Amino acid sequence: MIKHFVLSIFIFFGSSIFSADKGQADRAVTLSRVIRVSVLLGLVLFLVSLVSMLVGPSQIGTASLLKIFFSGLFGSEIVLPDMEKTILFSIRLPRIVFAGLVGAALAAAGVVFQGLLRNPLADPYILGISGGSAVGAIIAIISGAGAIPFGTPGLSFLGALATIVLVYGIARSNRELQSNTLLLAGVIVNAFFSAVIMFLVSVSSNTNLHSIMFWLMGDLSLVVGEDIPAIALFMAVGFSVIYLYARHLNLIVMSEETAMQLGVDVEKTKKILFLTASLITAAAVSVSGIIGFVGLIIPHIMRMLLGSDHRLLLPSSLLFGASFLIVADTVARIAMAPAELPVGVITALCGAPYFIYLLRRRGV
Amino acid sequence: MTIIKLSDIGFKYSEDWVLRHVSFEMKKGEFLGIIGPNGSGKTTLLKTIDGIFIPQEGEIRIDGVPGRQLSRMDLARRIAVVPQDTQLIFPFTVEEVVLMGRAPHLGKLRFEGEKDFRIVEQAMKATDTYSLRRRGINALSGGERQSVLIARALAQEPRIMLLDEPTALLDIRHQVAFFDLIKTLNRDRSLTVIAVTHDINLASDYCDRIVLLKSGQIYAQGAPREVIVEKNINEVYGTNVLVDQNPVTGKPRVTLLSSHPSDGGSRSEAGAAPQL
Repeated sequence: MIKHFVLSIFIFFGSSIFSADKGQADRAVTLSRVIRVSVLLGLVLFLVSLVSMLVGPSQIGTASLLKIFFSGLFGSEIVLPDMEKTILFSIRLPRIVFAGLVGAALAAAGVVFQGLLRNPLADPYILGISGGSAVGAIIAIISGAGAIPFGTPGLSFLGALATIVLVYGIARSNRELQSNTLLLAGVIVNAFFSAVIMFLVSVSSNTNLHSIMFWLMGDLSLVVGEDIPAIALFMAVGFSVIYLYARHLNLIVMSEETAMQLGVDVEKTKKILFLTASLITAAAVSVSGIIGFVGLIIPHIMRMLLGSDHRLLLPSSLLFGASFLIVADTVARIAMAPAELPVGVITALCGAPYFIYLLRRRGV
Repeated sequence: MTIIKLSDIGFKYSEDWVLRHVSFEMKKGEFLGIIGPNGSGKTTLLKTIDGIFIPQEGEIRIDGVPGRQLSRMDLARRIAVVPQDTQLIFPFTVEEVVLMGRAPHLGKLRFEGEKDFRIVEQAMKATDTYSLRRRGINALSGGERQSVLIARALAQEPRIMLLDEPTALLDIRHQVAFFDLIKTLNRDRSLTVIAVTHDINLASDYCDRIVLLKSGQIYAQGAPREVIVEKNINEVYGTNVLVDQNPVTGKPRVTLLSSHPSDGGSRSEAGAAPQL
């Protein structure tokens, strides 16, 4: 039953975007098309969340959820056992919202990095943010700071911020950001942090090792319900800033010189976009660990389906990234229940083959 | 009416001057050709006019306004650039690329309206690219892609158009078609055009005036008849050419003289060179 649910969602995903936007992929983007696609993908996100709420080790009937949904609609009292209420609203819902936020952030940051660096291989981690963040998290876990509230995410976020400062410091010359230098700086910083991570892993105890491995593979079980509004606000501000520059991003993808000739203040736009994308990546990584593949493949999938215009690509990637990570996290929760898998395992396991399939069929 | 005025421009990337003491004026609707050997500063000159490079010496005035006082948006509404070629990593369609030309006329969040789509349609029709509008830009031939870039420049509705060796990658049919189109726009819309080119004959046939650059300085400027003479070309390019008259246009025509003529034909001077 559960498997059918998940499967049907996956099928729904693909077919719905294709059919509603059929024959539009080669048309110019208009506001009405952006709204249409966003509403559609928003609906997908809503349905995915609903199904995900029903799925888990303890069975909660579809009837209960429907009851809540309709009583909410008609304003009547909810009559549910406390147990079910707690599981649905204090355990599953926060986690779904959380997965959605992280997925949206990674996908949006992936779009921005691929565009700014004009590199289809770019992802949110390409500038080393994941490495710095991981070092912070591992130090927190080893030192025991992870036990206090905000310990692990706090140190992890600090690590990410330090990396951002470091990488931009290296790449900045004559007050200009050179994309290639930035890319190289990111690669080098990442390599350095990998060594630090390996060192820390090799000297840490067995009990810590399990937490570290989970963190490194991405783990959404760390969420605390009260943190969600803050994370949501942070992401919302980030998404808005990025969307303001969506058209400029189109022009920068052509080439930085073309963008200048078409009226874009390229240096300023690049700085704002790099910084915002880096910050939302840092926020996502510090609360969820390194979840791979979302930030790389979601932008490509959306580009193949909907075209390259960032005014459509950004909102669609954001919404689809959210849905994708919610599905992946649901699978991570139930695949080996009651044990949980790191969600990064799922995203890579289904992401990579699907991506290869798309690549063979259409080419990036 | 003077639309572009350069007074004593000097520009350097680091140590050495790439441009020095460059001064000229252009009237609205003029068609200017910039010629000169590799590394003589042609493209750099174009980029200083477009505000991408800021000259360390001298001043550029566009419409009487110093270039420094114009924002990128101000410049983009006045000047459009057609580059040599464009390579795209992500697949935009032809229509999307031409629509980008409207960017200087739109606010950050405003989508293109009916008027913009109409302008873009006209630009595509004027450049024979309308039938390609749904195609990916990377799926086009070099000549088609170049036409799309002109369409984008037209959609910008500029008063000045800068061409940076626009026909370098085109075959002869497309070269002529390209310059014919630009000339038509130049006449009908009194578009001011500056073209950087290696093809002296095309410059001679189409331009009202020629600027000949040598090592970052203006060696000669004036009508094609005055600038394109054997002495100037031989001296600036350091090679032997024959300049006569194009029988159709009456403009100067340059013939390159090889030092290894294959048949030892009628060119007495070069014929003396040893044959392979």
